[in-house]
Amino acid sequence: MQKTTVLHGLALASTLLLAALPAQAQQQLVPAQSSIEFTARQMGVPMQGQFRKFDAQVAFDPAQLATSRIRFTVDTGSVTMGARETDAELPKAAWFNVPQFPQATFESSAIKALGGGKFDVAGKLTIKGSTVQVSLPVSLSQSGATTTATGTLPIKRLAFKIGDGEWADTSMVADEVQVKFKLALTGVGKL
Amino acid sequence: MTSSSLATAPTRYSTIAIVLHWVLGLALIGMLGLGVYMTDLSLSPFRMKLYNWHKWAGVAILALSLVRLLWRLTHRPPALPAPMEQAMPGWQKLAHHGTHLALYALFFAVPLSGWAYSSAAGFPVVFLGRFPLPDFVPVSESLADLFKLGHATLAFTLAGLVLVHIAAALKHQWIDNDGLIQRMLPGRG
Repeated sequence: MQKTTVLHGLALASTLLLAALPAQAQQQLVPAQSSIEFTARQMGVPMQGQFRKFDAQVAFDPAQLATSRIRFTVDTGSVTMGARETDAELPKAAWFNVPQFPQATFESSAIKALGGGKFDVAGKLTIKGSTVQVSLPVSLSQSGATTTATGTLPIKRLAFKIGDGEWADTSMVADEVQVKFKLALTGVGKL
Repeated sequence: MTSSSLATAPTRYSTIAIVLHWVLGLALIGMLGLGVYMTDLSLSPFRMKLYNWHKWAGVAILALSLVRLLWRLTHRPPALPAPMEQAMPGWQKLAHHGTHLALYALFFAVPLSGWAYSSAAGFPVVFLGRFPLPDFVPVSESLADLFKLGHATLAFTLAGLVLVHIAAALKHQWIDNDGLIQRMLPGRG
């Protein structure tokens, strides 16, 4: 009888585990439909750039926000602004210092639903060794099996020493940079 | 550029034409120097500043060239003095008209090609850092290379014609001693 209880307990535990695990494992980033872009300004001129390589580990359940986690990593070496000259400059120490800091990361700490498919994702953004607490506004939309998370986060580039030294002059390159992301995920539950 | 020899025709260019000629002439020489200098620099905030200033000045030159063209089309310039007109060989008349026509074409072609290059390179032109100009050309590396070459070629062609223009003016002044240059000099009726 006792044996049966233990077995029951094990069965229950594994059922719970199975219920919890697949929810995480099923959420996959669809890189082809995702993008991380940014807009910087130099002397009033908007300049677009993007990161070609990034990944996300998402355990997101709209019904269980307290246990939901979002983490993404961006390969700083995959940055491009579309011109050979700037692309040769960006991996250098004054900008992203790719050899020393090959990845930028975002790690969520709390997710709050704002209603209407909108969420506020608080977390830590780490670029070039500097970590800043940010609040990420995210809008979710679902189409078929794909859930798309979009949002724009204004960051201060100097908080991360991006464009250091002679480039720190904000009359030349503005401090504020708009980061626009679009992450397509599969396996997110119905909103 | 017209060869009318009416006795009542003015013998000097109008004040507006003279001002536009010298302001734009000096601006073009300055821009050539700036353009040649800045493209040789390695990427730095200073270089970016120069590029922006070059673009802003280019926009101003383009606008003033339009004013100049409209003024030229609505105000007849002084005709060449009749004896000079008669003494001039045909090839010189052709060169005289051809050079001026080409100069006017390049006043527009050079800044427009620079603007197109900037757009294609992904750096839209924002005049004085405040007024964004439209992009008529999509962002494209191959187009950027094309317009870069075009801008440089047209600019050096313009520089060559400016040299021809100056040489011809000095030839009139120092070899022919005909005082033709007075028509374009400020403040000497």
